[in-house]
Amino acid sequence: MFTNFMAWIDKRLPVTDCWNKHLAQYPAPKNFNFWYFFGSLAMLVLVNQILTGIWLTMSYEPSGDGAFASIEYIMRDVDYGWLLRYMHSTGASAFFIVVYLHMFRGMMYGSYQKPRELLWIFGMLIFLVLMAEAFMGYLLPWGNMSYWGAQVIISLFGAIPIVGDDLTQWIRGDYVISGATLNRFFALHVIAMPLVLVILVFLHILALHEVGSNNPEGTDIKKPKGSVKEEDKSKFTFHKHYTDKYDIVDAIPFHPYYSVKDIMGVAGFLILFCWVMFFAPEGGGYFIEAPNFEPANGLKTPEHIVPVWYFGPFYTILRVVPDKLLGAVAMFGAIIMLFALPWFDRGTVKAMKYRCTWHTINLIQFAICFIVLGILGTKAATPLNNAIGTVASFGYFGFFIALWFYSKNEKTKPVPERVSG
Amino acid sequence: MKKLILTLLALIPMLATAAGPSLSLDSANNDLADKESLKRGFKTYINYCLGCHTLKYQRYNRTFADLGISEEEGKAEWMYTGEKVGDHITNTMPAKESAKWFGSAPPDLTLEARLRSPDWIYTYLRSFYVDEKRPFGTNNKIFKDVGMPHVLQGLQGVRTMDENGNLSEAKGGSLNEQEYDALVRDLTNFLEYVGEPNKLERERMGYWVIGFLVIFFIISYFLKKEYWRDVH
Repeated sequence: MFTNFMAWIDKRLPVTDCWNKHLAQYPAPKNFNFWYFFGSLAMLVLVNQILTGIWLTMSYEPSGDGAFASIEYIMRDVDYGWLLRYMHSTGASAFFIVVYLHMFRGMMYGSYQKPRELLWIFGMLIFLVLMAEAFMGYLLPWGNMSYWGAQVIISLFGAIPIVGDDLTQWIRGDYVISGATLNRFFALHVIAMPLVLVILVFLHILALHEVGSNNPEGTDIKKPKGSVKEEDKSKFTFHKHYTDKYDIVDAIPFHPYYSVKDIMGVAGFLILFCWVMFFAPEGGGYFIEAPNFEPANGLKTPEHIVPVWYFGPFYTILRVVPDKLLGAVAMFGAIIMLFALPWFDRGTVKAMKYRCTWHTINLIQFAICFIVLGILGTKAATPLNNAIGTVASFGYFGFFIALWFYSKNEKTKPVPERVSG
Repeated sequence: MKKLILTLLALIPMLATAAGPSLSLDSANNDLADKESLKRGFKTYINYCLGCHTLKYQRYNRTFADLGISEEEGKAEWMYTGEKVGDHITNTMPAKESAKWFGSAPPDLTLEARLRSPDWIYTYLRSFYVDEKRPFGTNNKIFKDVGMPHVLQGLQGVRTMDENGNLSEAKGGSLNEQEYDALVRDLTNFLEYVGEPNKLERERMGYWVIGFLVIFFIISYFLKKEYWRDVH
């Protein structure tokens, strides 16, 4: 019965073939480590955001008069509304945590290098859209930090010469942030951005499956056809899409091996996620900031206007530059540097462990600078903080510059042909 | 590799110290599970606070249900101005005029405990002192030049502040210090409850969810191990 049904479908839509090509017979390197959980976790969080978002939309009221009260209506009167809301707000922060770790994984193992540049670009576009999505979503509760945070970020566009003021007005749809701004942010947050996000994720995965996954060793699991002895080939069955062109070594089918492994990752992640969600949904004032428990008030600024933690690193870079326009340029430059990473790195060896010691040191200093910038972004701009922030900003940009220089004639260790162990 | 992870892990505690309030607040030590305390706090709120400060996101019947008050009892003993039990807890204070009277309109307090913390409320209500320069003759140590008069002065009594910022009693009120602190603690408790009525339910559910996930994690670990036996 089921076989007949699938045969009927397959004649009309290649469902079984697609399943095999991308899951059951997709060759994945067998040596993925802990860092490889974060891709699937990002997908999980995306699904969580979309589902909880749909249900929140059912009770949310996108207007300057009703938004704040409708959030409290969700928290109090809607059955399990508080749970949906906390899943969504905790999910926003979790999204950035897993995405930052996912990106750092790519940096450690050279997953952005040729031939995976486009894959990296799609990933960076996802990151960019995610930031826009999060920024717009943060205005929706219409709390006082929502309001003033948006005010600060939108005013950045005012730094652009000539068109700046008109541009900020065009973004806000008003002379100040108002119900008009809230309404358009709502539209973009619930429809436009998620749609783009889902399409980009699709392209990201499609590009990944075209070039194949990298691994912590940075070796290639696809060898030229006919170059591998029969007994060295992976004993699993892979889709002919891959085996027609290559001999596959050290690989296992994604399903069931990585699907069961990722389920374990999901369980581990959910323990941490639910712990925050049920016992500290405000995330120590970082996931939901205290001034947001007061409705938006254009006449009353919070004591310190700080963006949500995940914008911290970029906000600090903006703040330490004394000139507003140059600060904005530096902030966007910081993201452009990440986009251009595949071309800053002129090396051919991917994995950190086979590259020069300078590279490991450079990666560590980058990670430290990024975290320090993030912490400073959530604190007041004192002279000391600005001084530390300046040093960390140099560390951030320095990573890319240094990489460009030492990667040209880098002294690397020999990369084994095969995955070890 | 291991070193890198260790370095990153070593940085995590820095995150924890990234924020901290500069005011020294007294600990409220309130207990959300103590329904009698919540009821006393609710009573104090109705008698002393509600005239000016609404709880406009919270409904009467929800409060009754959570505090273990029947609707009949609620209507008879807890509601004075003919509202329906499904109504939000509001008052008739006109916003425009009240802004003239007090400098700014008295804020809604539904989320005050989440905005400022229960400890802040507990400390604030015990930090009023005599200050003849202020329109109502009182000022507050942790909220300088607050527009609100010391509504509970009849209960607490009159207190003055010396040049070192220490408060001392000049004239006793109808309650002694322990009784007054207990009354403020109950009120703080009630305001924390109103800030997030689901807090206890959330935590109760959390234990079950985490418990399930731990079991699920163990099962998924062995499932993975079983599958991966044929990977060499």
